[in-house]
Amino acid sequence: MTAVLSPLLAGADATARRRRGIPVAVVVSFLVIVVAAAWALAPALFTGYDPIVGDTSEKLLAPSAVHWFGTDNLGRDVLARVIFGTRSSVLSALIAVGIAVVVGGLLGLVAGFFGGLVDVVTARVVDVLLAIPSFLLAVVVVSSLGFQTINAAIATGVSAVAVFARVMRSEALKVRGTVYVEAAELQGGSRAHVLLTHVLPNASRSVLSLAVLQFGVSILVIAGLAFLGYGDPPPASDWGLLVSAGKDYLVSSPWLVYAPSAVIVAVVLSINRVSRWLRAKD
Amino acid sequence: MTDTLLSVRDLAVSYGGRRVVSDVSFDLHRGRSLALIGESGSGKSTIAKAVLRLLPRDSGHAEGRVLLEGDDVLALPLARFRPLRGRRLGFVPQDPASALNPVRTIGSQAHEAAALTGERDAARRRAAILEVFERVGLADPERVYRSYPHQLSGGMLQRVLIGLAVLPAPALLVADEPTSALDVTIQKRILDLLTELRTSLGIGLLLITHDLALAAERADELVVLRDGVIQEAGPVAEVFASPRSEYAAALRADVPALSPDRYRAVLAERRIDPARPAVQVSDVVKTFRVGGEELRAVDDVSFEVAAGSTHALVGESGSGKTTTVRLLLGLETPDAGDLRVAGEPVHGRSRTDLRTVRRHLQLVYQNPFTSLDPSWHVESLVREPLDRYRVGDRRARRAAARAALVAVGLREHLWRRRAAALSGGQRQRVAIARALVLEPDVLVLDEPTSALDVTVQAEILDVLARLQVERGLTYLFVSHDLALVRQIADTVTVLRHGRVVEHGPATEVLENPQHPYTRSLVAAVPDPRGIRPAVPVTA
Repeated sequence: MTAVLSPLLAGADATARRRRGIPVAVVVSFLVIVVAAAWALAPALFTGYDPIVGDTSEKLLAPSAVHWFGTDNLGRDVLARVIFGTRSSVLSALIAVGIAVVVGGLLGLVAGFFGGLVDVVTARVVDVLLAIPSFLLAVVVVSSLGFQTINAAIATGVSAVAVFARVMRSEALKVRGTVYVEAAELQGGSRAHVLLTHVLPNASRSVLSLAVLQFGVSILVIAGLAFLGYGDPPPASDWGLLVSAGKDYLVSSPWLVYAPSAVIVAVVLSINRVSRWLRAKD
Repeated sequence: MTDTLLSVRDLAVSYGGRRVVSDVSFDLHRGRSLALIGESGSGKSTIAKAVLRLLPRDSGHAEGRVLLEGDDVLALPLARFRPLRGRRLGFVPQDPASALNPVRTIGSQAHEAAALTGERDAARRRAAILEVFERVGLADPERVYRSYPHQLSGGMLQRVLIGLAVLPAPALLVADEPTSALDVTIQKRILDLLTELRTSLGIGLLLITHDLALAAERADELVVLRDGVIQEAGPVAEVFASPRSEYAAALRADVPALSPDRYRAVLAERRIDPARPAVQVSDVVKTFRVGGEELRAVDDVSFEVAAGSTHALVGESGSGKTTTVRLLLGLETPDAGDLRVAGEPVHGRSRTDLRTVRRHLQLVYQNPFTSLDPSWHVESLVREPLDRYRVGDRRARRAAARAALVAVGLREHLWRRRAAALSGGQRQRVAIARALVLEPDVLVLDEPTSALDVTVQAEILDVLARLQVERGLTYLFVSHDLALVRQIADTVTVLRHGRVVEHGPATEVLENPQHPYTRSLVAAVPDPRGIRPAVPVTA
């Protein structure tokens, strides 16, 4: 009886929760993400200052109504540099997540669904990837590909492949054992068809919320790589590069570090919050 | 000596503002039993939870009065109520397998229940546990005490749980569908045990069930619920024999045991051709290797199903009926023997050939909650087999899918829904439509109604009977419910431990069973026709 009841009740519960509305923190997080996205798409709309050419007479000014985040050692508006750096930072994080989801997801899906030798071989590859510290792996990849933000993005993506493969594999294993997958096979579905239309949609749900989480992590990792000089060289203004350039003036002009750091923290936290909310809603 | 043990007055329960139970009042006397009956969603489990104060704290809210021996359970502060739970209020859950902690021995968990008696001495607690285990009919209490839950069968676990519930000598035992997860013969024994404990220990029993026949056989009084409102209440003899409310009458009519000939007239219109068997299973053997031991899951099983008829495979869990079905569908390979569908062998052929065979042989799974992909719409679920077999063009496939949905009685507003937004009965209809859409000759029905309520079960059987007449379908019906089998099957094969114990026309086998095992199965069907006369309640 309860077995029959519970799925219905669970559904009713979920609708009740949805009706109760979205938590305030999630709304704020959404706004932060929207602002970041807008910065990435049309940076010129949000600032009148040039991110590259500054006015040296106005160097190292503290934050004020005119320069919200202050100015740097060349008199450039830090807010403008943050805004113009958004596109490259966000885009590279997207590329990183894309690589991780597509490559990791496919590996995991195939390993989990087919099992046997395929699974064993994939599992060992994934184990090796997991054994290498991901930041170190990223550093190695960038060193061999060249010092560019795009390469940092690729490196970050590659280092996250293992995690996605793991999650996708366990989900695919779970879905493969379900009755509806067997039913689909009985109804004449080929293996590839069953894999793509039944296993993939049902297995990818938790991978997608992990992807949102990974987006935040990627921003951090890429910022870290940029901080160490593994990204585009100046005058690019990736968030990590801004922090790195600002550290020389940390004592006299701390806003050069704190302002871009605060943006990174705000965006990453917002993404995490939204990701957690999405997962709880499932 | 009968005094009021539990008195529920004007009970109303709401979940997050939505009222699910209203104006429920009933009395249960000491040493008697009362059954709450209704379909899923009727509020019967909610009432039990309200009595036990197990409603979810943040969303559930109960009003009214629940008096247990004079104490208002709902009004007591939790600190004063908690000692009642377990001591004066015992609870027997639905699924024994999930009610015990799998990583601890039965004994160590039993001590928790035994501690409720206030006994501090571990040796004496242990003695009490062993005694109660013996009392509930566990053959080897010492072994049970040392075992982990997975080492015991479902029936034994339920005995353990009943034993633990009665150990602190409660005045009231609440049993929420105590046997729905168990086999029929075990069900009978567990119910016998509950009845015996009730009379010998003077415990009041609040039985929650969807099975009217079972309730009528086991309870003194019935409370029939629908949508959280009492439809009818009173002594079994009155409510059951001459129901006043329409709903109780309908429930009664849907109980298979009470109307064995419900479909005879409809099914008489079929044209059965015994000379042309649709399914032939001959001398099939299948052995599984479990932990180094060989287990003969199917041992020399043979039967034939005439085209257009219904054949029932009957047996309890582990009898090999599911394995036989899986062999027939080509999901497993037999060690020996031959399985044919419409004369075509199922095994020993290529994948493409198997695909062709399966086109004529479709399966309806037992549990419609797991057999439908939750991310698909109803219409695409039903159209999928057509797409896979590339039957006709897009438009023809859509028309065929819709025709199948209409044939099983699903209305248009449900077609765009996902499976999660459907009720159990609606889901099973979708599953049947999906099986029908390829126009197969044979439909394998693996306990198609065991996860559903009696009312919904009757609706599904109506659909199946009608479709069989209209389309000349052959059914292979797997079930443990003999009353159901009696209603719709023409021939029966009774399986036990992978072997055929009895075989023949349904009426013959069920009315005059030869094998002792078949007899025990027949005897396990709740038979409310012989209900006891109501004992007058004296104050």
